[in-house]
Amino acid sequence: MQLKTREPLIFDLSKPGRGAVTQFPPPVAGTAQVPANLRRQNRPALPEVSELQAVRHFTRLSQMNFSIDTHFYPLGSCTMKYNPKACNTYAMLPEFLGRHPLGPEPQGFLACMYELQEMLQEITGMPAVSLTPMAGAQGEFAGVAMIRAYHRARNDTARTEIIVPQAAHGTNPATATMCGFVVKEIPCDANGDVEIDALKAAVGPATAGIMLTNPSTLGVFERKIVQIARIVHEAGGLLYYDGANLNAILGKVRPGDMGFDVIHMNLHKTFSTPHGGGGPGSGAVGVSARLKPFLPLPIVGKEGARYRWLTERDLPQSIGRLSGFMGNAGVNLRAYIYMRLLGREGMVRVAEFAALNANYLMKRLQALGFEAAYPKRRASHEFIITLKQEQKAYHVSAMDVAKRLLDYGFHAPTTYFPLLVPECLLIEPTETEAKEDLDRFCDALASIREEMQHDAEKLTSAPHTMPVRRLDDVRAAKQLDLHWKGLLEEPAGA
Amino acid sequence: MAFIPHTPDDIARMLEVIGARSVEDLFDEIPAELRAGVLNVPAPLSEMEIARLMTERAAIDGRPLNFIGAGAYEHHIPAPVWAIATRGEFYSAYTPYQAEASQGTLQLIYEYQSMMCALTGMEVSNASLYDGASALAEACLMAVRSNRGSSSRRILMPRTVNPTYAQVAQAIAGNQDISFVPVDFDRTAGRTLLDALKPHGGQDFTALVVQQPNFFGSLEEVDALTDWAHENKIMLIAVVNPTSLALLKPPGEWGAVIGGARGADIVCGEGQALGVPLSSGGPYFGFMATRMHYVRQMPGRIVGGTVDMEGRPGFTLTLQAREQHIRRSKATSNICTNQGLMVTAATIYMSLLGPRGLEAVAQASMQRTHDLVSALSKVPGVKRAFTAPHFHEAVLLLDRPPAAILAALSRRGILGGLDLSERYPELGHAMLVCATETKFDADIDAYASALADVMSASRAAA
Repeated sequence: MQLKTREPLIFDLSKPGRGAVTQFPPPVAGTAQVPANLRRQNRPALPEVSELQAVRHFTRLSQMNFSIDTHFYPLGSCTMKYNPKACNTYAMLPEFLGRHPLGPEPQGFLACMYELQEMLQEITGMPAVSLTPMAGAQGEFAGVAMIRAYHRARNDTARTEIIVPQAAHGTNPATATMCGFVVKEIPCDANGDVEIDALKAAVGPATAGIMLTNPSTLGVFERKIVQIARIVHEAGGLLYYDGANLNAILGKVRPGDMGFDVIHMNLHKTFSTPHGGGGPGSGAVGVSARLKPFLPLPIVGKEGARYRWLTERDLPQSIGRLSGFMGNAGVNLRAYIYMRLLGREGMVRVAEFAALNANYLMKRLQALGFEAAYPKRRASHEFIITLKQEQKAYHVSAMDVAKRLLDYGFHAPTTYFPLLVPECLLIEPTETEAKEDLDRFCDALASIREEMQHDAEKLTSAPHTMPVRRLDDVRAAKQLDLHWKGLLEEPAGA
Repeated sequence: MAFIPHTPDDIARMLEVIGARSVEDLFDEIPAELRAGVLNVPAPLSEMEIARLMTERAAIDGRPLNFIGAGAYEHHIPAPVWAIATRGEFYSAYTPYQAEASQGTLQLIYEYQSMMCALTGMEVSNASLYDGASALAEACLMAVRSNRGSSSRRILMPRTVNPTYAQVAQAIAGNQDISFVPVDFDRTAGRTLLDALKPHGGQDFTALVVQQPNFFGSLEEVDALTDWAHENKIMLIAVVNPTSLALLKPPGEWGAVIGGARGADIVCGEGQALGVPLSSGGPYFGFMATRMHYVRQMPGRIVGGTVDMEGRPGFTLTLQAREQHIRRSKATSNICTNQGLMVTAATIYMSLLGPRGLEAVAQASMQRTHDLVSALSKVPGVKRAFTAPHFHEAVLLLDRPPAAILAALSRRGILGGLDLSERYPELGHAMLVCATETKFDADIDAYASALADVMSASRAAA
């Protein structure tokens, strides 16, 4: 269970001369030496601890975390579902772990990657896939760079704008900028759909494309998608699908069939590879036939019975390479195992039970008096609660509720995103949670609702049971403390 | 149902609360004409079946004796590293947005940042980027934002920098009209030619990239290169191998004090050597460090120390005003998810090895490579390509194309090195070899004798 006390820094456990010496290589006789002018003068200030001290320290740090394995983690837009242990165990077979990326093409590993590409093509309705982007944001980058390359290859250089709805993830506009585009934001209507008139006014000869998430970050399906696709395509632009919310529609509707030209998938969301405390992710991209020549490299190809990496020779118009080797190969292997465990029937159930859990939770919270941001709409795999009434009545914020939930043993939902909805909680239960856990979460929110009416301070000063109380973020940004202070001391010498 | 806990009774009661007749009703907002048919993907497998399948596929790939480096290095990984990194509390946690419920991950990243500052001699490190190659691309973008004296968006990229890194920098930074100017190398020494830089003196360049050890494994004259850059108001981006920093002068100390500052301006590289398995090329992690002066231009997440409302110390993500979820189109980068779990492994690795252990790894790797080069050079038709001192890689010249030789070695279970003849045709029949502390005398002997056999067989066949 969670550790409530603090743990000293590893540097504070260090003593000169101590060490996990069984981990050191045996000395090798010989005369190899770095020339004096290129040599380090003082040893780096790394900690010197025993193996047990290190093991205990990092085990104790792990116990100061919430995680899917220990807590319900309904973080909206992040798809915190169960990460099956088999995916890790069988991706970590010694032959896979020990394989150097520049050795002869490994047929066993490549067979898995080729089949993963094929399954992702089928699920998304896109004819070609590259597994190389290393996270969602890099997948976005690849997608938008392909849109740019496509227009340039047609000498259509006037297309300098990317349209992004206001509800989009922050990565969308940041990506468009990284690719050298100007961002044009358009609004959504009161029911969460893109405003068609605003879109019509925004498109034109400068439109390179539009970036959309569907279901959108507002937790609802974009019903006018076919019309949107027509408007953008008629203006000469392409449609980019942000796969952040693919979990909601797996096996129900395919982005390719909705008219999208390019899509990135977050394999660490929909396909359950671990989030690892902030990565590694994997952001595979899928494209329509006209964008296929521009895919990032490498890609796995098959000739007869043999698999091989496709390179610049096969795709001379590729946008190039985005990683030193072939992306987050081990993450892709985990996604492959997960997809084979789910299979045809399991894929569709992902969307079905993600939607069942989200819609159930939304109705129950509404019954407890919470206001859904889009009450007339079906929830997708997630939904938004707005606490603007509660803020007015009891002077508590969405952040206060989020922090108080930690005390009840639940990770908080996403707060203050999307930016369009005031005091919002974006709640995504995922399909792997049992009804009992959803009910307990509702009980906690009911209890917090009581507290806000009678004892609001319980919320505004929460959390009370974590290793630390609420942290001073302003101080963190103003009085920068970014490393252990001992680094500033005079080094001990070699 | 795979990973779904719902019983028929649960489903019925939940639908009743929702007011829907069936689960299918929940998808009634999707236009009917868009609905997908049955997916053409394989039927589900049990864990027992997937275990069999993956074990068979892994066996196809086998476990060859590896002498390839070129940006990914085989080092011993202590057992505690992944035993702890794969604990569910690290493995299945999200980015630490809720700081109070993520102090473990946050403190670990703070410790990681401290260790990277110690290794590089820099003042501030971020929490990681995707990998070494993309870290260099981000460093180039950061240099363009940081070097206020330069408007050229031109970066000097020596040919001794890993050619894939140069390709990745082009693919990522090229979209923002940043151009790269190659700098030639000394064919005898195998390191960047200072004379090739001199014609660029006095011109507007944003940055000079220096890789130490360079792609050939040779040690660059980093002091002279750094001073040349700074004398010409060019920022210096160092690409370094973290293992080597236990022995080599840290980039923060390169060159002389010029304009009140010393050393590289931005340091980046591939962190894989610090406890991350080769794993067919990923996931690895990129690292980046800089001087405090440039911290607001640095991409990626940064953890800072602070206090809670009772004054107790704690950790939180900081300087988030640089990032995409706040600044949107004006962010320093679009990066959000990075390589947290790999950083977890690297932090445990660095703690177990400490300064003496890491130095022993670096020293043993260098010695083993010297032994390897000396053993292989005795094989007829094989010689060293360059004279500059090298760390744990070196280029060998064969008297015939390496491709067939490497293929023959591979059939004997030895990955003999990386064929450089396509990347550097001017070098002729060159290949890059690497040994680390994981190679024993018997391994080096086995490679040398296999190479002698293969070379003589090839000569006989010709």
